[in-house]
Amino acid sequence: MTARLPSPFDIVTPPGAEGWQELYSYSLLFSDDRRGYEDSAFWFIDGIHSPEVLCPWDATILEFALIVLSQYNTRHYVIPPALGVDLRILNGYMYLSPVGVTDPAEIEARIPHFTERAGYYFQHWDELYSSWTAKVRVLIGELERIRFRSLPDTEDLAVVTSGLGLGSGFELIAQYNRLIELTLKLWNYHFEFLNLGYAAYLDFFRFCKEIFPSIADQAIAKMVAGIDVDLFRPDEELKKLALLALGLGIDDAFDNPPGEVLEAIAGRRGGAKWLQAWSRAQQPWFNFSAGSGFYHTDKVWAESPDIPLGFIRDYIARARRGERLERPVDAIAAERERIVSEIMELFRTDEERAIFRAKLGLARTVFPFVENHNFYVEHWGQSIIWRKMRELGSIFVLSGFFTDPDDVFLLGRDEIPGSLFDLYHGWAVGAPARGPRYWPAEISRRRVIMDSLRAWSPPPALGTPPEVVTEPFTAMLWGITTEAVRQWAGGSDAGGGLTGFAASPGVAEGPARVVLSATGIGELRDGEVLVARLTAPSWAPVFGKIVATVTDVGGIMSHAAIVCREYGLPAVTGTAFGTKIIKTGQLIRVDGNTGTVTVLHGTSPDQ
Amino acid sequence: MRRILWFEQYSAADRGVLGGKNAGLGELTRAGLPVPWGFAVTAIAYAEAIQGAGLARELADLMAAADPGRPETVAEAGRGARELVTSMPWPARLDREVLGAYAELCRRCATAGVPVAVRSSATCEDLPDASFAGEHDSYLWVRGADEVLSHISLCWASLFTDRAISYRRQLGYPETGLAMSVVVQQMVQPRAAGVAFTLNPRDGDRSQVAIDASWGFGEAVVSGEVTPDHFLVDKLTGEVGSRIVSRKEVEFRLTAAGRVERAAVDAARRDVPCLTDAEVKAVAALARRAERHFGCPQDVEWAVDARQPPPGRILLLQSRPETVWSRQPPRRQGSGDYMSGIVRPGAERTTP
Repeated sequence: MTARLPSPFDIVTPPGAEGWQELYSYSLLFSDDRRGYEDSAFWFIDGIHSPEVLCPWDATILEFALIVLSQYNTRHYVIPPALGVDLRILNGYMYLSPVGVTDPAEIEARIPHFTERAGYYFQHWDELYSSWTAKVRVLIGELERIRFRSLPDTEDLAVVTSGLGLGSGFELIAQYNRLIELTLKLWNYHFEFLNLGYAAYLDFFRFCKEIFPSIADQAIAKMVAGIDVDLFRPDEELKKLALLALGLGIDDAFDNPPGEVLEAIAGRRGGAKWLQAWSRAQQPWFNFSAGSGFYHTDKVWAESPDIPLGFIRDYIARARRGERLERPVDAIAAERERIVSEIMELFRTDEERAIFRAKLGLARTVFPFVENHNFYVEHWGQSIIWRKMRELGSIFVLSGFFTDPDDVFLLGRDEIPGSLFDLYHGWAVGAPARGPRYWPAEISRRRVIMDSLRAWSPPPALGTPPEVVTEPFTAMLWGITTEAVRQWAGGSDAGGGLTGFAASPGVAEGPARVVLSATGIGELRDGEVLVARLTAPSWAPVFGKIVATVTDVGGIMSHAAIVCREYGLPAVTGTAFGTKIIKTGQLIRVDGNTGTVTVLHGTSPDQ
Repeated sequence: MRRILWFEQYSAADRGVLGGKNAGLGELTRAGLPVPWGFAVTAIAYAEAIQGAGLARELADLMAAADPGRPETVAEAGRGARELVTSMPWPARLDREVLGAYAELCRRCATAGVPVAVRSSATCEDLPDASFAGEHDSYLWVRGADEVLSHISLCWASLFTDRAISYRRQLGYPETGLAMSVVVQQMVQPRAAGVAFTLNPRDGDRSQVAIDASWGFGEAVVSGEVTPDHFLVDKLTGEVGSRIVSRKEVEFRLTAAGRVERAAVDAARRDVPCLTDAEVKAVAALARRAERHFGCPQDVEWAVDARQPPPGRILLLQSRPETVWSRQPPRRQGSGDYMSGIVRPGAERTTP
């Protein structure tokens, strides 16, 4: 294949974004001193986690995530064919590069280590996983206890009389350091099981594909998918609340403007009972991000009650029309067993059947973690981290460094201690800190840079395309396959059609609705096809309205794929250019069996 | 012993008097598969007719005189035997029974003088598994009671075609115990027809059903005269995973005069799929049922009844074991399986 991807060194800074490099860690930049390595590697944009420009502080989370992911592959479990996933920031976007082990002898030599280490985890999965849940809850408690307090004019008398010997400036800096430490710990926990979960799942997947080369990916996925999944709980809670409102006869309170719904309910008979259920559901299930959880701008249900209230209103409307809201769990469970019993008939030998049983058993053991960790880390843990950072931002606002608490995210992780020390310095000395003179102008400059970067459109991949993509995590999580790379190298001139992963079966036609951010999902109308860069778990309520989904990024285990299979909607994921080629209002046909999307008419009849 | 056996009356014990073709159709019908209506005129009927006419000795003498090294003796013996068989009188009750069965077939198909296929299904007592594939004659679009009777005679006589005689001699098959059973089966006029394999013929993948389909009679597909539409259906999801629509230039169809003709496909249908997705799935489900029944991958012939609008009723015309991939050794596990030290059969720690 000819290399037709741009080199990272060919990419120019968009006008107005000059100096963007200063906002990110020096280690995350493409640079001449590592050019040999960087030019020969293959880099793809992480559309799953960072589809948009990353603010400097937000980059911390992805940096932690990728580095810990890598650490478990490389240093803990010695995954035979894979080292880590390298990362760079270019014009504010995150690019990733999987680092594989290519020498067969080296892969072979890693196997015994992997067998011993991963084998231990697989054998003790249930105990280890239950202690994981306990320790991640402890960690979440510790994050909640982080407190950023304004520096007082005078320390409390008690500080003196208790002989504490430490001041509030020390505590402020210590709390930030603690937040960073706990965040890195949270991401260590995130990957403690995930890589192994993927390894077991991929092994099952590979085995099925070896015996049945054309087997539908979603058939494999359905055999493994969990039934009781914490990640679906927030959505389930909303459905219960919708049904409760109907049961109590207070559903018409939702006809009020969103901001007045809770007040209207409070004034109704039975309203207290509903409000009690509403507040019970919040902890922990409303620590739920409307996005991927990787952006400080992602709205969290607990802090934006209009989002869950809007979804409840939609569910009430659907229930009034006689639709069943509950997930058809019995049908899902029956379907999963049907597929297993069908496939058992298709093997030619008992040996194959026994291997299949064993691999399926392991995949089902590990898979609940693969689905659930997302709630605990990306949603619950990260919700707290963003909230705490805003509290810190408020301290800076009070001290005149910033005008908006969110300005804190325009500083890099390592710039915060310096600024805190500036604040500490001024407070301790009783003289002006430099921050109020330095940061307002700098923040304005950075805002311009961010806006200029947002106006730029990142190429999906850079560098030297690989002959084949073998690194398993790359294909599974990011949907980067040999075919995808070939398509990118060929450019985006796909004409009237697009191809991607056949992620959820079925064929549907409908007018397209291109949704570029979580705020756009409110525009979706019944019968439309959702076209998005990717979908987030909190979008679950819209899947009852739409007829199909198309995403730019993601493989067959992406969120859109999982949810569409649940809802029985066709989905094509990882099309790379869906949101660019398809326009809202176009009539499109989504074939989730073959992974193709066809534009049928330039505009739908009602446009 | 019965002279007439309807497909649904089939039992394995009757195999010997039915021949391979009738037995196959009987077994599919008994399995509940949608085979067009039909009945067998069994080898008993043939034997009784020969006996009643007192022809056994004469036929044996004629055959003894045929020498495959001298084709003219085969031709002469064959012509003599065929004349004897086609001109012999039938036992009266056989006549009555066949006419009764044909009348019942017309009733079942709700069509007076229903067109039928009259096919040979030869049997040999000493060689229960002999296939006689293609050695004897079959007749399509036979209409009316008289025609049915005369074509049964023609099938009987086709035991003595030159090629059938030579074939038996070359393979050393005996003439004694030789008999002819005849299939009488409703003709279906297909909108589209073709074949289906219950595995992917490209790689032997048993999770797939592969379908080749084209307009009109299945002959166009079987003979390779058209590049058919090709579909792959996943057995586990039941969904169409791959769909290649080909340009279908010709079709075999029925003329007003009741003959099958080869004709160009009109432009409007040439480049469009000859099956709807619902029909593709129904063909796959049908092939899968045949596979389940026989317990091994099958190669089936099917047709969509033209009398209904899409999705039409799918009929199963034939089912045979698939032979190419089924003889290959099972796949071995490839290299790169770094999990094999961890996941071993029998070592499951949790029940799925």
